[in-house]
Amino acid sequence: MRNTINEAHEADVDYGVPEESSKKRKVVIPGEIIVSGEDYLPGEGAHREGENVVASRFGLAEELGKLIKVLPIFGAFIPRRGNVVIGRVTDITFHGWLLDIDAASGSFLPIEESPRFISKNDMEQYLAIGDVVAAKIWSIKSKGIDLTLKGKGLGKLEDGFIFRVIPSRVPRVIGREGSMIGLIKEKTGCNITVGQNGWIWINGDSIDAEIKARRAIEFVTDKVHIEGLTEKMEAWFEEN
Amino acid sequence: MAVKRASGRGATEIRPMAAKVGVIPNADGSAIFAFGDTVAIAAVYGPRQLHPQHMQDPSTGILRCNYDLLSFSVYDRKKPGPSRRSQEISKVTEWALSPVVDLEGFPNTVIDVQIYILQADAGTRTAGINAASLALAHAGIPMKNLVCSISVGKLDKDLVVDVDKSEEDFEGGEGPTDFPIAKIANTDEYTLLQLDGKIQPEVVKKILNLADKACEEIYEVQKKALKGVVQ
Repeated sequence: MRNTINEAHEADVDYGVPEESSKKRKVVIPGEIIVSGEDYLPGEGAHREGENVVASRFGLAEELGKLIKVLPIFGAFIPRRGNVVIGRVTDITFHGWLLDIDAASGSFLPIEESPRFISKNDMEQYLAIGDVVAAKIWSIKSKGIDLTLKGKGLGKLEDGFIFRVIPSRVPRVIGREGSMIGLIKEKTGCNITVGQNGWIWINGDSIDAEIKARRAIEFVTDKVHIEGLTEKMEAWFEEN
Repeated sequence: MAVKRASGRGATEIRPMAAKVGVIPNADGSAIFAFGDTVAIAAVYGPRQLHPQHMQDPSTGILRCNYDLLSFSVYDRKKPGPSRRSQEISKVTEWALSPVVDLEGFPNTVIDVQIYILQADAGTRTAGINAASLALAHAGIPMKNLVCSISVGKLDKDLVVDVDKSEEDFEGGEGPTDFPIAKIANTDEYTLLQLDGKIQPEVVKKILNLADKACEEIYEVQKKALKGVVQ
């Protein structure tokens, strides 16, 4: 049971992960000109105003070749299809469960989306109100978010504890291809599931190991734009 | 010919400004902004689900501002809760900020902006707008630009930038005049123009020029505060 859960977040590592090798990152504020030139392409968080590519939100501007993106560093969770999130069951309906995932719209987990068959009479045994689950966003419609439990590492989270980080820092916690979270897991021996909504679940052998893992994650989320974080993390583990 | 101001400031001198971003850990974005003894704190929550449901707009998100004086912010304790004045200022703040925010990506949602005045010494709505604009940017909301706000007053015939309480209550000559202005930074677009008092049409142009210069200073303070949050 133990190790079945901890790989959940690696399903979507390619989304929005700031590559540590990319150069020329700078903090920009809305309305600030990032670069001037007709051949640049404004990506997410940027737009074109005549000659210039202008930031449309506060964050870190990144140049990937000719593409300019602004990565957010603060703010609420914006759900996307395919995100693995951690949520808490708030209600049970006839067709499934309602979950709180800290998003702007409500989210629903249909009974058919559980990995095995569940009778409508046994829903409470499988997931009760207050239970915490790792689920994947299956679709986003105007009326709400649909979740699924079908997938590697998804399901109910038992034991351990949950805490929250700023959702836009989650890609840094995971690192490129899961390098950062892999390092933290390896050094502390804990099972960790990171939800894109900023909820993080830790379960380890001892409370000390769990607290160390949490402090390691908070070390990462406190650093906004430092290059080579994985090496710094290794040094941090040497000291602590 | 220099104007004599009680504070000893020059006619175009703004009170010492202070701005800090990220002061409320539980908010999605927050900021504090001060003009001398006027201190405003703003928190942004959202995008989040909008209730009552009939206010939801399927084409865009909406901005909802709430401004209030805290009861200890003024000399005579202010009775807590909304008042005619605070409702008006909430509404004009919303109008001052909504032209810069782009909420089309968040249909059916609301972005709540809570503005509280911790200390009042005139110019609270302008300090509130400056704080709210910082807090919105801090929350990562898509915006065209920041909004800068300043009030320009008139002591008899002399124009002064950033009036304090004693100047707002100025008696004599043409009486007290207070002209709060908000504009989109680095543009000529004004999002708030209010007037309390008497003024000649040709003086309004001069006031706008003074406000433009003041807003440039405010913009620099806001920019520094936002960039300073990333070490």
